[in-house]
Amino acid sequence: MPFDRMVRAVDDWAAQRGRDDVLAQIGDTDYRPQHIQWRQFIEPDHFEQFFDRADAIVAHAGTGSIITAMQFGKPILVMPRRAELMETRNNHQVATADRFKEQFSIAVAYDETEMPQRLDELHSLGRVSGFRAAASDQLINCLREFFEHE
Amino acid sequence: MTDQPYTPKRRRRILAVASGGGHWIELLRLRPAFEGHDVAYVTVRDSYRSYLDGERLHVVNDATRWDKFGLMRCACRILWIILRERPHIIISTGAAHGYFAFVFAKLLRRRTVWVDSISNAEKISDTAERIGRWADLVLTQWPDLARPDGPRYEGAIL
Repeated sequence: MPFDRMVRAVDDWAAQRGRDDVLAQIGDTDYRPQHIQWRQFIEPDHFEQFFDRADAIVAHAGTGSIITAMQFGKPILVMPRRAELMETRNNHQVATADRFKEQFSIAVAYDETEMPQRLDELHSLGRVSGFRAAASDQLINCLREFFEHE
Repeated sequence: MTDQPYTPKRRRRILAVASGGGHWIELLRLRPAFEGHDVAYVTVRDSYRSYLDGERLHVVNDATRWDKFGLMRCACRILWIILRERPHIIISTGAAHGYFAFVFAKLLRRRTVWVDSISNAEKISDTAERIGRWADLVLTQWPDLARPDGPRYEGAIL
């Protein structure tokens, strides 16, 4: 689904700050960025390379983006999609943003007006350190037991 | 987890099902649990193969709830995969692909475990709610969403 508000906010910010080091995957977003590099979709292989090279990640508040950023140890800023703006089916991204902010101190811009300031602060954001590569031992053990059960 | 390889008491055929994006990323974090079993994956993009180490991967079209023909095609394809893979167990992190797999798993009496996405932080997903009555195990990743009659909380993918 499109997320014009976020792409436009990052594009405007890059123009104001004269940044030429931003690359976006915009998906179904209708808005075409004028000031940043963009692709509609980046295949996983390349995606991981870009992630690796990036200083920071800016994304919608989807668990895929957040977890991948944390796996790469990159600071991440998220903006939740809103259901009433047809950006998603329900408002689960607001809850996701809240919970991850609480537990992992990720940065959140709740709407496009907060975006420029959060983007300015990005360089001072810490990495999420000590993030493990897999699920908790408890969950893995629970599944192992379930699989082996008669 | 520990670095030593894990050897399960019984080797199972497992079908691991996830739609795209976060569902897939969350499923990958469960991989240590599949160690020692025969696992095949179902997802929506062939390029997701790059996340795996040569395990079998079946690609199924993605469909929104408004695309009835797409949903039918997706369901048929999943049924076909289940018949061919003959898994003992089906595990899913969502969403629609997992739902279809669980419907057929019920009909074919396969065991099922649903790990609801960590993005469902305030209530479990509608899909988990729907399959909850007949899935063998439904897990939430948030302790405060656990209920005595399910879903259960057994840790998170983080």
